[in-house]
Amino acid sequence: MSSRDLILARVRRALADVPRDDTPYDQAFARPYLREHGHRSVAETVDLLAENLADYRALVHRCTAGELAATIARLLAERGSAAVCVPTGLDPAWLAATEVTRVPDSAANTPAELDRVDSVVTACAVAVAETGTIVLDGSVDQGRRRITLVPDHHICVVRVPDQVVSSVPQGLERLDPARPLTWISGPSATSDIELDRVEGVHGPRTLEVVLVSGE
Amino acid sequence: MPAFPKAAHEAVHNQTLRGNLRHATHTIRAKRANAVAEVSDWAELREAGKQIKDHTLRHLDRYLVQLEESVTAAGGTVHWAADADEANRIVTYLVKATGESEVVKVKSMATQEIGLNEALEAEGINAYETDLAELIVQLGKDRPSHILVPAIHRNRGEIREIFAREMSEWGRPAPEGLTDTPAELADAARLHLREKFLRAKVGVSGANFMVAETGTLVVVESEGNGRMCLTLPETLISVVGIEKIVPTWQDLEVFLQTLPRSSTAERMNPYTSTWTGTTDEDGPRDFHLVLIDNGRTDTLADEVGRQALRCIRCSACLNVCPVYERAGGHAYGSVYPGPIGAILSPQLRGTGSEIDASLPYASSLCGACYDVCPVAIDIPEVLVHLRERVVQGGAVTREGAKVVVKPAKGHAAERAAMRAARWAFSRPGALRAGQRVASRTRRFHPRTLPGPGKAWSGTRALPPVPAEPFRDWWQRTGGGKLPQGGKDTSK
Ligand code: SF4
Repeated sequence: MSSRDLILARVRRALADVPRDDTPYDQAFARPYLREHGHRSVAETVDLLAENLADYRALVHRCTAGELAATIARLLAERGSAAVCVPTGLDPAWLAATEVTRVPDSAANTPAELDRVDSVVTACAVAVAETGTIVLDGSVDQGRRRITLVPDHHICVVRVPDQVVSSVPQGLERLDPARPLTWISGPSATSDIELDRVEGVHGPRTLEVVLVSGE
Repeated sequence: MPAFPKAAHEAVHNQTLRGNLRHATHTIRAKRANAVAEVSDWAELREAGKQIKDHTLRHLDRYLVQLEESVTAAGGTVHWAADADEANRIVTYLVKATGESEVVKVKSMATQEIGLNEALEAEGINAYETDLAELIVQLGKDRPSHILVPAIHRNRGEIREIFAREMSEWGRPAPEGLTDTPAELADAARLHLREKFLRAKVGVSGANFMVAETGTLVVVESEGNGRMCLTLPETLISVVGIEKIVPTWQDLEVFLQTLPRSSTAERMNPYTSTWTGTTDEDGPRDFHLVLIDNGRTDTLADEVGRQALRCIRCSACLNVCPVYERAGGHAYGSVYPGPIGAILSPQLRGTGSEIDASLPYASSLCGACYDVCPVAIDIPEVLVHLRERVVQGGAVTREGAKVVVKPAKGHAAERAAMRAARWAFSRPGALRAGQRVASRTRRFHPRTLPGPGKAWSGTRALPPVPAEPFRDWWQRTGGGKLPQGGKDTSK
């Protein structure tokens, strides 16, 4: 017998006492928990996102669409970045105000090459206000998972309010499980040494989130 | 492995260990209470988590087959391992097939459970732990002592020592003049491990959840070492217990709310990765899922004990346990310490060995573990059930077959205690609603832990179990101590 059949047979034997039950899963039990916690206006939801991101040590900036290029240019300059990784589908206008060397996201980039890149600029798929989380789904304006991991500085642009949801259940609804997803709540962190929190062990030590509003 | 009381006896005399543990568990405990209080529907989320997991376990065969289909359809390969040896053989074979002799690892309890690192090493393959705490444990040639913070028993001075002494053996040495500030230590780990990540061709992970409907795996973490191992290598091998399934994508909405708050007391952990098979030119080209039984189906066969398989390894029960706080994780003689370890290990491994027979006694039955558990596992109920098995023997399932185990030797005293306990259980009128096991049975073991626990509790001023439920007493008095400073280290 293969181990597959062995394990499945053991499972069936182990469940001999359990009455057969063919209730469809969505009717098997109720989900009385909340779809979101509290009632907030759209503006309040965005404020909550900003607050929770900042609480987890992300640096939060707000600007209008017209100011975005200047904002990104300023953040890269303040950081002294010499090279920035850019997803292939990122709106070129976002980087129109900076001269920093572009490194296009490509399967050919080795991890060691990415390690020499200072910053990365991406969009996101959705942001969850209640937990202060941004989610990347690998779309062309977000790039491969590793480009937001290896460089030490990540600038993530969130279009508000349309990319912001209140809660985890609402966030999951918007996401496609077939895509590789990365949920990010603040910069990389550890509390493994005497429970003292230290930012940035392996992922980016600095996460900057730009909440961009308007056209 | 010595029985729990003996191991704990040594631990309670280790001042550093006890100080570290008390600080850590109290800190996390206080923070967790705040994180949970933020969510007004906690009780409903907890109930839903319980129901989802119970439903999955009751139809586990169906969901395993569905998971296999969806993972395969998404480009992954599924392997089945009946026990630890088989799992190790499969992983070793897969690594060898890549031609590589080193792998990077994400912290995973399942691979610790099966002793994967040792098995790989025996075949000439180096497995590097990349979680900071696991690195500390690995470099220190030590064992993990907590589910979430495995190096909780080490303080910064010891960690500096270990890094300075050992790092050069494994790769990039620790920087000259390394001090013991956590930031510098973390930085040393970053540099040391980065060179391994960047050249790694094979990653090995576990998973927190597997979604049957979509074939999606989920890893929840903080440091980014998980993301490194999951996305940089060409081959990814995930070793996961068969109980980690949830039926649908939507189910994650429950656990992604309860797990981080219960475990690190955060609204959300810094990183969560989900992947479904392989993705073109993003992440590993090859994905292997190794599903392990290793005692889980035997546990499933136990009508009372099977609820332990609901566990999502949040570690909340460790941090509230008065016994764990004093004894530390090593005393449990298994990768699963604390209250969950006390019910899981004797079920996964059977109660044949001295340590496993003693684990059901490694508890004061105060009920705090049940109160915090985000999937409502009634740990005290299972403990009492397992005590009965130890002292009475009886029919159990081992490796899929029904066997009758004999009563453990040298437990005459507990046999009497358990008979007395049954007297109380068989008279429901004697039990007041809302009381938990501790107060129900307290007359039988009022001041010391019974049987094998006696030696242990004899060395400790275990709080006497009062007439009020111990749980209430614990809450009221903070465990008989003045409240701690409650330093919030997250800010
Ligand atoms: S038993 Fe419950 S509280 Fe303990 S680790 Fe498992 S899920 Fe968490």
